[in-house]
Amino acid sequence: MDTKKFVIKQISVFSENRPGRLAAIAQALGEVKVNILAFSIAEANGFGVVRALVDHPQKAHDKLQSLGFNIAFTDVIAVKMKDTPGGLFEVAQILGDAGINIEYSYAYSGKGGAVLILRVDQVDDAIQQIQASGATLLERTLFH
Amino acid sequence: MVLWDPRIEEMPKADLQRMQYKLLKSLVYRLYSFSPFYHDRMKEQNVHPDDIRELSDVRKLPFMFKRDLRDNYPNKIFTATKEELVRYHVSSGTTGKPTVVGYTQNDLDLWTTSIARGMTSIGLGRGDVIQVSYGYGLFTGGLGLHYGAERIGATVLPTSVGNTERQIELMQDLGATVICCTPSYLLHIGEVAEKMGVNLGKDTQLRTGILGAEPWTEKMRSRIEEWLGIKAYDIYGTSELSGPMFTECAEQNGFHVWSDIALTEIIDPKTGEPLEPGEKGEVTITILQKEALPMIRYRIGDIATMDDEVCACGRTAPRIHRIQGRVDDMLIIRGINVFPSQIEHTLMTIPEVGQHFQIVVERKGALDDMRVRVELNKESFSDKIDDLMKIRQNVEHRLRNSLNVNVDVELVEPGSLPRFEGKSKKVIDKRSM
Repeated sequence: MDTKKFVIKQISVFSENRPGRLAAIAQALGEVKVNILAFSIAEANGFGVVRALVDHPQKAHDKLQSLGFNIAFTDVIAVKMKDTPGGLFEVAQILGDAGINIEYSYAYSGKGGAVLILRVDQVDDAIQQIQASGATLLERTLFH
Repeated sequence: MVLWDPRIEEMPKADLQRMQYKLLKSLVYRLYSFSPFYHDRMKEQNVHPDDIRELSDVRKLPFMFKRDLRDNYPNKIFTATKEELVRYHVSSGTTGKPTVVGYTQNDLDLWTTSIARGMTSIGLGRGDVIQVSYGYGLFTGGLGLHYGAERIGATVLPTSVGNTERQIELMQDLGATVICCTPSYLLHIGEVAEKMGVNLGKDTQLRTGILGAEPWTEKMRSRIEEWLGIKAYDIYGTSELSGPMFTECAEQNGFHVWSDIALTEIIDPKTGEPLEPGEKGEVTITILQKEALPMIRYRIGDIATMDDEVCACGRTAPRIHRIQGRVDDMLIIRGINVFPSQIEHTLMTIPEVGQHFQIVVERKGALDDMRVRVELNKESFSDKIDDLMKIRQNVEHRLRNSLNVNVDVELVEPGSLPRFEGKSKKVIDKRSM
């Protein structure tokens, strides 16, 4: 099975934990007309990592890099959820039963429904197991 | 192995110390009798020449500082007459008023002898072509090495600094085997040579660099040696001691401080108390035979360790290992002396972070709190917080081991720390604000 079409390129940006850093990143993306579809901030004491799904990851990468940001691509996958009570439980249970270890995850819900974004250890494995368990993965073309 | 002064260079330690004691004793008598400056200083310290009964009694004598030379500008503490002086050198005065150093003929001879011994210990001599690319003039570097090189019978190519392309042409055409300059100028020469299509290792006869007049590191030594295909030796001195004076020998393991010329002490910069060999402290030197401007217990302000073991080359004079920092840069954190240069050295060995850093010291309750901000390298960035925490913990661990004091490390974005040449701006000491 071709798992590649489910692998989504997330951008991850290292950021110091001080006022104005998120604004600087967001402004830069706005300037090159990159749209942010979902994003989260993970913080540790003193620094953080901004993670975002964008419509043009390469453009975002180049722009932020040119500004001196420490930026990398990370492979993530996106699972469709029902946007109703119990929707997350359904997906989480499938992942748990399949023995998939989540490194981190974040979610959004909007007009296209609810989506859970996952960073896992073994991407290919996870994709196959999620599909086998009956949950729906979103293709990368939906994002970029 | 060739020695310039075998009798002195291989003299057993006990004999060296007897000789140093005699030289010290006569120096102190002479100054107490003839120099108002030293006389007053010794009176203030309540010490008389008769109190010097063994070599370690040097500790009873007052220290001298750079400010003593500035305060007595230009020549108030000279102990030679105008007729006896044969040369002046003047320091640049970048950190204050310039200082003037005067020399008698004997002073110049002693200086030249010191360099002749050092160059011989590297294995240089007749047939070598020594390119002196230190500045000639008021600065001591050019003329000091010039006379030393001539003394050993080498041929001097006195290029001084600047006009780098011509320097490289002459180096090739006249077959320079040795270059004397600052390490940073040699790196510059290497870059210019590359642009000219000249490979210093292959297209010249250059084999040796005698480098000093600015702080440099072992890492820079490896880089220079590998890149340019030469052996690089450290040379040390200051104008107050005459100029560049002491070089490493072929062992490249610290510079030999000739015992008949200088009495070396390493002291605790805070208390002035002497430290044991191997302990890090302030280099303090008494020049035992200078006539025009004797220096007793001169506190140079450089931090280093001394090694009093006989060198593998057989020379018995104590060695000082590479200068590690300046006293002015020293921080005292919870009673422990910390030098920004130690942090720099440690960071150089950790590939995940850059070499730029900033130290922030605060007082939290009764305790000093030190934070070191370092830049995370682009290649080491991981999307996982856990990996980043591990990098941070590793840096903290390594710094703690080398400094013996607890350090909090903060990872910052690459390029975000200020770039400064001097050390001073790297430290934000909020305890004094």
